[in-house]
Amino acid sequence: MDFFELVKLSLISLNANKMRSALTMLGVIIGVASVVAMISIGEGAKGLITKSIEDMGTNLLFVMPGQMKVGGGGHGMGSIQTLTFEDCREIEKNCPSVVGCAPEISKSAKIKAGNQNTVTQVVGTSERYPEVRNTKIAQGRYFTSLELHNQKKVAVLGQSVVDNIFFNIDPIGKDILINRIYFTVIGVLEAKGQSGFTNVDDMIMVPVTTFQKRLFGLDYLRNISVQVKSAELMDSAEQEVGELLRKRHRILNPDDDDFTIRKQTEMLNRMSDITSAFTMLLGGIAFISLLVGGIGIMNIMLVSVTERTREIGLRKAIGAKKADILKQFLIESIVLCVMGGLIGILSGIGMSYLIAKFGNWNTSVSTASILLSFGFSIAVGLFFGIYPANKASGLNCVEALRYE
Amino acid sequence: MTDENKPIIEIKGLTKIYDTGKIKVNALNGVDFSIKECELIAIMGPSGSGKSTMMNVLGCLDKPTDGTYHLDGTDVSTMSEDALAEIRNQKIGFVFQTFNLLSRTSALKNVELPMVYAKIPAAEREERAKKALSAVGLEERMYHMPNELSGGQQQRVAIARALVNDPKIILADEPTGNLDSRSSEEILLIFQQLNRAGKTIVIVTHEPDIAQHCKRNVVFKDGEIVTDKKVEHILDAKAVLEEINKKSHHLHPHLNQ
Ligand SMILES: Nc1ncnc2c1ncn2[C@@H]1O[C@H](COP(=O)(O)OP(=O)(O)O)[C@@H](O)[C@H]1O
Ligand SMILES: [Mg+2]
Repeated sequence: MDFFELVKLSLISLNANKMRSALTMLGVIIGVASVVAMISIGEGAKGLITKSIEDMGTNLLFVMPGQMKVGGGGHGMGSIQTLTFEDCREIEKNCPSVVGCAPEISKSAKIKAGNQNTVTQVVGTSERYPEVRNTKIAQGRYFTSLELHNQKKVAVLGQSVVDNIFFNIDPIGKDILINRIYFTVIGVLEAKGQSGFTNVDDMIMVPVTTFQKRLFGLDYLRNISVQVKSAELMDSAEQEVGELLRKRHRILNPDDDDFTIRKQTEMLNRMSDITSAFTMLLGGIAFISLLVGGIGIMNIMLVSVTERTREIGLRKAIGAKKADILKQFLIESIVLCVMGGLIGILSGIGMSYLIAKFGNWNTSVSTASILLSFGFSIAVGLFFGIYPANKASGLNCVEALRYE
Repeated sequence: MTDENKPIIEIKGLTKIYDTGKIKVNALNGVDFSIKECELIAIMGPSGSGKSTMMNVLGCLDKPTDGTYHLDGTDVSTMSEDALAEIRNQKIGFVFQTFNLLSRTSALKNVELPMVYAKIPAAEREERAKKALSAVGLEERMYHMPNELSGGQQQRVAIARALVNDPKIILADEPTGNLDSRSSEEILLIFQQLNRAGKTIVIVTHEPDIAQHCKRNVVFKDGEIVTDKKVEHILDAKAVLEEINKKSHHLHPHLNQ
């Protein structure tokens, strides 16, 4: 019997038990749909994180306090307080491959404006931040190096903070209280939106000197973003920064470094590794439901073989070979899975669309995930169809014909 | 074309033992038996005497425990399952007591089935199936489903299916067991016509009436042949049918018009 006739035959037989076929297919539909949707969630997260790292600016190095060694050991990164604003300025001044640096230190603080209160992250940085970290001003202006030098109490607000405490009022020139100290709002940052789980617009930027001396009384930094002139100069910039900091911190052996330099590309790779793992985890869970669907297929195919014992006996009596019967039942189970798979792919695409729309989460349906789940549904049909089909083809003709 | 004296089936020392674990049933006990081309044989005997077992072996559905079986000159007792499937497809037509038509499948598609496994193209299949259905008088019922047909009509569809690959032998295990006498007679008429046209036909029955329509009667008892005789006064199904028609016309003149 040729392939198309077998497909037609299986459609007829599946049509004979519509409800049963539909319910069986539902298992595969749910499995495939969740594979497609879960992978789209993972891929969406990956795209978002990649984009947010790229949004930070280009050709960046990140200098962090403490040492990060592969395989543990050393001081924990960020746990020591050796990095200072002077380090930042010296890097800017003395490293030829460097365009500029943006220091960063942040703490959460209570904000008050009029009778509105909120709690948000206050970030201390320098006038170079907008340029280095690729951040634009939506309204007003950024603070100047003079304001930074004079430890002025000026603040640039993130869009969410404006939304939370000013509503529709123009915030420029207004006063706000940060931990009960008056600041003047001079600008508003352009909204960047959600980045993974954090809202990057929910923060206030103040001069790092004001932050350290007037607000919190500290003298260290959490990190320094270093912008390098070009991608080719990344390695030499890393070396220059390293040497400079070692000299300033009186470190002779690079093994004793009290800082870590990371390239942006490295971070990108690490993040994409993490999101890939996340995608695989989600996909794996979904794949298990596809397997459960497959077990449903096997179950129904076994029932079908039993019900059609006489038919199998008759077919064998009039000349069907073992392989003919095997093919007939195998194709029936594959048709069931492929139909379920196609419907599942469509519902998966629909689901990821709905998740994007109502779940406030980026999703991205990839062709690869569609092909993958389609391939898997054929494989599930084959794998779970083999046993019942083999059982059918192995039936004894005489006994099958006598089966009641 | 057909040689009246050439044995088409030759069986020697045929034994079939069903081993169900606890007990062994000797369904056939060293049967020697041969059928020549163009015979019309009735196999008779009480229930459990081994008739069906014999038919299953003759039809290559089951393998004997011991003994040899030559079908149309070839030894089939040692053949593989797939080779036997091909023999069944090409050389043997089966008619069962319970018809064994595929439900939800039209008469035409049922008749096409053996040709599907013979890998005959669809167009030719349909043509030949229609011809076979016409030959059993069902040209008007080709697109009916089995449950829309009477028992006699269903059995005629089954006969058309048995004929469609032009086999040499037709094996019928109690073909009239589920039919009334009139339908039975119609089936026998078809068998007699087919036999006249050169087919070898073996019918299992326990009704002497039916056996009387055949040329030779073989009686089994406890897995052995106890009688093997030529039938003297063969009943002509056509004549019997006419008789039945006359009677029923007499009783119910409004019918059969
Ligand atoms: N599959 C089987 N397993 C065990 N015993 C069987 C089987 N088929 C038939 N028999 C036994 O073999 C004997 C002959 O059976 P069968 O050929 O069906 O008789 P008949 O058709 O003449 O009534 C009986 O005793 C029956 O019980
Ligand atoms: Mg019997």
